[in-house]
Amino acid sequence: MSSAQQKRRLFLKSTLASSTLSVAIAAGLITPKMVLAAWPKAAFAAKEIDSALQAVLGSAETTPSDKIKIKAPDIAENGAVVPITINTSLPNIEGIAIIAAKNSTPLTSSYQLASNAEGYLSTRIKMGKTSDIIVIVKSNGKLYSAQKEVKVTIGGCGG
Amino acid sequence: MASIKIRAKQKGNITTVKCLMSHPMETGFRKNKKTGKLIPAHHIQEVTITHADKVVLSALWSGAISKNPYLSCKFSDAGKGDKVTVSWKDNKGKSNSVTAKIK
Repeated sequence: MSSAQQKRRLFLKSTLASSTLSVAIAAGLITPKMVLAAWPKAAFAAKEIDSALQAVLGSAETTPSDKIKIKAPDIAENGAVVPITINTSLPNIEGIAIIAAKNSTPLTSSYQLASNAEGYLSTRIKMGKTSDIIVIVKSNGKLYSAQKEVKVTIGGCGG
Repeated sequence: MASIKIRAKQKGNITTVKCLMSHPMETGFRKNKKTGKLIPAHHIQEVTITHADKVVLSALWSGAISKNPYLSCKFSDAGKGDKVTVSWKDNKGKSNSVTAKIK
């Protein structure tokens, strides 16, 4: 392949990539500043689970896995503090995302783990109403998911 | 005052880090009941847990993490007395960092 051809290919590739980006910018989905920011604002502002996953982990295709264990209360009396503990035996974990399915912006948080980190994570999240907590684990480049329903009773006397 | 409390304990080859940060974690969706105006978002966006100059865990957070956030993780290949640093940065550009020794 001559160098002119190579350049043309490169040019085509780069214009294709930049055109999808500019369409997204034109549509008001993302501003140039957000693309550069380390904190993925588009992912956290997404109202749909799939688009949030796409933005933060690069894919929305997940496989259910029984190797992810979620420890969370069955009934949370206060949706503002829902303790969650994740244990997973999946190998080579690169990232974890915690999603509260019915929150107005479902993605609560995402994590990147180093190679010496264990498949363990614990934190406390806010939930707007009763819904599933979905945990996505990126292992060996693939996404695995697990979910658990948490009932939220705000101001009620148990559900 | 914004502060971080850290506990780092080693058992076998596994070190468990638990940390508690004090932060309002305002989502930006809540309304002030008296004025009806939205309370502006003010939450931690990034948390990093570092051991021996290597990042063990980096977290990206939204306002959907509870007020005064708690975070815990486990990692291997650390020694007693090693230093673990937890630092955060919020959406207003404020940051904080605290270092503790593994017990």
